[in-house]
Amino acid sequence: MASHTKHEHHPAGMAGPAATGPRKGKVGIRVVGRPDSLEQRLYLPEVVKGLGLTAKHFFANLFGRKYTVTVEYPEEKLKYPERHRGLHRLMHREDGQVRCVACMLCPTVCPAHCITIVAEETGNQNEKRPKIFEIDELRCVVCGLCVEACPCDAIRMDTGVHAPAVDFRGDSILGKIDLLKRGTQSKAVQGGIGPDWRTRQPTVKQYDPPK
Amino acid sequence: MLEFLVAHTALQALIKVILLVVLFVMPLASLSTWAERRQSAMMQDRLGPNRANIGPIKLWGILHFVADAIKMIFKEDIVPAKVDRFLFALAPVMAIAPVLITFAIIPFGSDLCVGHVTEVLRDPGVCSSIIPMQVARMDVGLLFYFALASLAVYGTTLAGWASYNKWSLLGGLRASSQMMSYEVTMGLSLMGAFLIYGTLEPNAMVVAQGSNPLNWGIVTQPLGFIIFFTAAIAETKRAPFDLPEGEPELIGYFVEYSGMRFGIFFLAEFIETIFLASVVTTVFLGGWQVPGLSSSGFLSWELPHLAVVLIQIVAWSVKVLFLCWLQLLIRWTLPRFRPDQLMRLGWKQLLPLSLINIVITAAVVLWRSGGK
Repeated sequence: MASHTKHEHHPAGMAGPAATGPRKGKVGIRVVGRPDSLEQRLYLPEVVKGLGLTAKHFFANLFGRKYTVTVEYPEEKLKYPERHRGLHRLMHREDGQVRCVACMLCPTVCPAHCITIVAEETGNQNEKRPKIFEIDELRCVVCGLCVEACPCDAIRMDTGVHAPAVDFRGDSILGKIDLLKRGTQSKAVQGGIGPDWRTRQPTVKQYDPPK
Repeated sequence: MLEFLVAHTALQALIKVILLVVLFVMPLASLSTWAERRQSAMMQDRLGPNRANIGPIKLWGILHFVADAIKMIFKEDIVPAKVDRFLFALAPVMAIAPVLITFAIIPFGSDLCVGHVTEVLRDPGVCSSIIPMQVARMDVGLLFYFALASLAVYGTTLAGWASYNKWSLLGGLRASSQMMSYEVTMGLSLMGAFLIYGTLEPNAMVVAQGSNPLNWGIVTQPLGFIIFFTAAIAETKRAPFDLPEGEPELIGYFVEYSGMRFGIFFLAEFIETIFLASVVTTVFLGGWQVPGLSSSGFLSWELPHLAVVLIQIVAWSVKVLFLCWLQLLIRWTLPRFRPDQLMRLGWKQLLPLSLINIVITAAVVLWRSGGK
């Protein structure tokens, strides 16, 4: 057993990265030796110690939930962080129409291919709008890239709502109407602020390659 | 009515079986499926299943065992293609039947003295006809238990063999090697108790221990108690000796079983723990004895005979419940042994210790009897 004792005393540098890192508190490496003492090798005293620990937790949790960390979900809810990604929603314009201009950025960026958009004419020369806007919430990996990609603040995931359980897979495909139900009016200016890029002249010089 | 029962022993036995097995063991086994999850949760700082309810009746989730039973019964019973159908069907029965039968030898109260039920029983000699609070009183006593316990392993091994699955076969083989190793120790560890009480019959053992806790088996046979408890936990195939199940690598000898057939294996395991608790209670914790309670009541406070018997039955149940709780505590505290560690513990540590225990006990018994 003597050969094992040398493992007990590692140089302090071994635990260095964890101990001196940005974390505070008791994160680090604790080197535990082989069971050398007679008490440990008899096994039984250690078993009794272990039983004492678990029994302590058992009774403390039985009478008063002292250490219990469980959150009883539907009745008790944790506050989600501000940027929590929940179920999608489509935002409205001032007139209640969908903000989406069917630019196809979100279905393009979507790694799960869960967004389907079919565009249609609005009559306005500058814009399209989605005829069909569907998100398959079962395929969605909740990465939030669609929200990042959207130039119009049309799609958001800030509802804080979980994807509901469904009886049939088709029920989890949300259409435009479903998505608009959760939507509210966006305060963003449609088309962005500043002059229209179509009429704007370039303010920086064009790149002039050296001859 | 009691006189009628004394005359008709078969009816008497039937009533006792119903009282013991149907009203105590089976509900307790079903409840332990819930208690195990709830207790393990409490030990791990969780809450565990607490939601099953019938309308507003919630009862801390106790009804989970009803939900489990309904689920098990209505689940599809899948029989894989290449199994040995006869043995496959036989194995669950082989697992549960022996553990239920062994309850016959457990005394759960002192003998009911017919005709003196409402009186204070100062002289036990006046009893002419008794109803033993034990289903079957036989002289082989605990040997009967050992015989049936070794039958129970057939259920496990057959399940592993008949399933046509290499993992369940490995589980079954592990079970048989484990049972064989630990049964030796189990038998030998009780030998000291047999020497002290001079009997194999459980009720006689309880009577021999008396109502003074200092005469109980746990005080006179501490080593035997520890060895027997350890070996018997190994016999129940539960952690830290759950190698036949081996959840991370084998899933267990019952991996091919589904629905209620699996449920029966599950239930058999819990009944085994209750049985183990009753044997330990009987041999080491004074069985139905209550400290200071004699057949006429507590020291100067006299009680009618029926009340004494009822108190004893309650005391027995409390002891059994405590040991069930202790087993769950052990099961959720200790990590699993490796097969070689298991064999080493069984053959090289527990077996010599139990032999030492026998030698010392025999020497003390011989010395105290004056060498006769």
